[in-house]
Amino acid sequence: MAAHVDTVEQVRTVADQKYKYGFVTDIEADTAPKGLSEDIVRFISQKKNEPEWLLEWRLKAYRHWLTMPEPEWAHVAFPPLDYQDAYYYSAPKSKTDGPKSLDEVDPELLKTYEKLGIPLKEQEMLAGVAVDAVFDSVSVATTFKGKLEEQGIIFCPISEAVQNHPELVRKYLGSVVPAADNKHACLNSAVFTDGSFVYIPKGVRCPMELSTYFRINAANTGQFERTLIIADAGSHVSYLEGCTAPMRDENQLHAAVVELVALDDAEIKYSTVQNWYPGDENGVGGIYNFVTKRGACRGRNSKISWTQVETGSAITWKYPSCILQGDNSVGEFYSVAITNNMQQADTGTKMIHLGKNTRSRIVSKGISAGRSQQTYRGLVKVSTKASGARNHTQCDSLLIGDRCGAHTVPYIESRNRSAIVEHEATTSKISEDQLFYCRQRGISQEDAVALVVNGFCREVLQQLPMEFAVEAQKLVGISLEGSVG
Amino acid sequence: MSQMPATAENILERFAPGAALADAPALPWLEDLRAGARQRFAAAGLPTPRLESWKYTNLRPLEKLEFAPWAQEQVSIDRLPSLLPQGQSTQRLVFVNGRFREDLSALGALPDGVRAGSLADALAKDKSGALADTLGRIAGEDGNQPMLDLNTAMMSDGFLLHLEAGVRLEWPIEVIYLGAAPRGPQAFHPRSLMVLEEDSRAIVVEHHDGIGGNAGGAYFANHACEIRVGADAQLRHYKVQAEDTAAIHLSNLHAEVRGGGLYDAFTLTRGARLSRCEASVALAAPGAECHLNGIYMLRGEQHCDNTTRIDHLAPETASREVFKGVLDERARGVFQGKVVVHQDAQKSDGHQLSKVLLLSDTAEMDAKPELEIYADDVKCSHGATAGDMDPEALFYLRARGIPEETARHMLIEAFLSDTINGLAAEGLCPALLSSVGHWLSDAADGGAS
Repeated sequence: MAAHVDTVEQVRTVADQKYKYGFVTDIEADTAPKGLSEDIVRFISQKKNEPEWLLEWRLKAYRHWLTMPEPEWAHVAFPPLDYQDAYYYSAPKSKTDGPKSLDEVDPELLKTYEKLGIPLKEQEMLAGVAVDAVFDSVSVATTFKGKLEEQGIIFCPISEAVQNHPELVRKYLGSVVPAADNKHACLNSAVFTDGSFVYIPKGVRCPMELSTYFRINAANTGQFERTLIIADAGSHVSYLEGCTAPMRDENQLHAAVVELVALDDAEIKYSTVQNWYPGDENGVGGIYNFVTKRGACRGRNSKISWTQVETGSAITWKYPSCILQGDNSVGEFYSVAITNNMQQADTGTKMIHLGKNTRSRIVSKGISAGRSQQTYRGLVKVSTKASGARNHTQCDSLLIGDRCGAHTVPYIESRNRSAIVEHEATTSKISEDQLFYCRQRGISQEDAVALVVNGFCREVLQQLPMEFAVEAQKLVGISLEGSVG
Repeated sequence: MSQMPATAENILERFAPGAALADAPALPWLEDLRAGARQRFAAAGLPTPRLESWKYTNLRPLEKLEFAPWAQEQVSIDRLPSLLPQGQSTQRLVFVNGRFREDLSALGALPDGVRAGSLADALAKDKSGALADTLGRIAGEDGNQPMLDLNTAMMSDGFLLHLEAGVRLEWPIEVIYLGAAPRGPQAFHPRSLMVLEEDSRAIVVEHHDGIGGNAGGAYFANHACEIRVGADAQLRHYKVQAEDTAAIHLSNLHAEVRGGGLYDAFTLTRGARLSRCEASVALAAPGAECHLNGIYMLRGEQHCDNTTRIDHLAPETASREVFKGVLDERARGVFQGKVVVHQDAQKSDGHQLSKVLLLSDTAEMDAKPELEIYADDVKCSHGATAGDMDPEALFYLRARGIPEETARHMLIEAFLSDTINGLAAEGLCPALLSSVGHWLSDAADGGAS
């Protein structure tokens, strides 16, 4: 807990609402030359000491990527991406020796974490959270490994899993998000550098929340994380992901892929707090967050639940989805997205009902302020075989100010008569009465807005694990600073 | 497309074999309008599901049709009684394959200030170019509507209505569009224009039907309609689409509603193998209001697409939209509704609802209700549902000794009829309700209508 209290404290003490985590650590990076080509893909694969099949997989993805057009359907506008003007691999130098413990980790790195409010040592003792901290592209330190290993749980960087558990990686990698799924996922498949790998064995309930912090550090390095979580029959895991990034002026591409697989009776809960640099008031800089997240409920009675709090990034393009294959499987999506200033977000979910009696629930709360544009885009698809499928979708948008936009684009495709699909959406502005009520009681305008908005999102925020919920509530307030009055 | 990429000219040629245009008057402004539309259509070609707004509707059946030269068919409309009760049906305009047929029409006396008739006639007499301000202008020329462009390029005739300020019509005007293709597939592109000046009122009932039975019913009706509702004027526009089940029916409607005006539209769809009704309504000034409602009943392999767009351009505008459908057998329904509230349209009020009953395991519904909002002080909501009928309601009726089939019919009728009962033209409601009844009893007979 203390780690998060630290973060929150830090955040509170900064009076102006400039981005809190805007600093660049000066560590000599082992960087591949700028640009993207087959050679770079080979370079990355070689650096990672990967087996032949994975290199082939990457190259196949790369060649396919070259043929794919840029997706243009999202309600976002940005200049064309120059893929050649970025670095695709950078690893902190000390990694080559392989730190055995925290003492061996580059002190510069540790300092960075301290600035970010997650001192690893403290976390080990206090938070009960095992952190697989990703700094740039290579995992530097993994904690609580021993404790997890006792139960047979594998929680490690994916590059390590490729070395130590190739059979699992080979079986599941790309099985939920195929390499050629979409342009951004395809690029990720070609050049992914690191990410987390989680395997929960049969019948095991993971004793702690698993957590990863992603950071983007070296200038001009796109982050291509690849996360793969497999919950074997009857297991349970809750995974947290939180993000902050240093400030810079050039747009950075982040194209991550997250794949979840839940077998019979397994449950995966995946929570995200995304607070990357959103760019300044004029829309200069900020992260392009083009992420493909998808979970497959392969087994009967399995469940995948996505919870996300999206406050950062200049552009968000993200649709955490559930493929409900197993009979009686359940998919959930809880989302709060906040955009301010010039941010653009096109986010939502896909619920693909394939098995009988599959159920899904979507609760999406969007808040737009400033001159931002936000879109909920969701697909609910019921196939002919999904008898008894049930979906309920609720999308609420809140507008703060008259220069922002809030859009709702649900796609509902139903091919089964016994399926019940319901969608409802509302759009409203922040209530003057509620603000007035708060102001009358001496609450400042900004606190009042934060209070009202927190109430608006409560349904989603309470889905978050405790550690995140506190941080998320503060984030909601901070993200909207300067939007009213 | 399986064939070789067709050149612009022969795509256009395909849809108007013969010289459907030959007798159209040569007006310079009209020529310019057509030339622009030809160019845009030639550049875009037929829409494919790769276009976002055509995602769920594929025009492949249209590509397969080889059209015969346009022909004036000898038809009698005895089998097509008016939808309106005796005494209310004073104005009946009949169009066969897109051309006005005075011989089949019944034109009663109209009050002063009303013009109702054929667009071709009006164009022929339009020396002053009065139509140049409306025809093609209301719809605009944004290059994204190939089927509208095709209509503009090919149009030859259609329904024209003009009401001067303050004129109020007591009884509905009935416009009947008949398709007939006994000698091979026909393509026609009717174009309607309705302009209501300030404070005028009218009710227009459109009836689309086919003659010739299934064998000769493969015709392609590509309608386009432009409407301007002046300040404080009211247009009620009710449409029954009961085309031949082999026909393809597309329609493209653009309406502009001015301050305090009301555009009230309702569409009942039960015909055509493939139909798509696109409506785009601009609420241009404060107080403008529109209702876009509809029901559809489909079976067999029928496909019906209702695509609507409502633009709230000014403050204090209101829109209501309710579409309900019943899909049986392998039918497919599509609803795409977009409500756009523009930046200055504060205090706008928009509600949209799509509800569908799926009666078979092979029917499919695709709904995409969209909100796009750029103003903060608005009330907007939408809802969409799809599913089987309520088992409890069915059980309730069954428990009272009502046979299952009758009970199902009762529930379907109840589901659809509340949309019908809200219509302002009360005289029309019995005909619409019996249309629902016929559709249901056709199911009992085991055949498609």
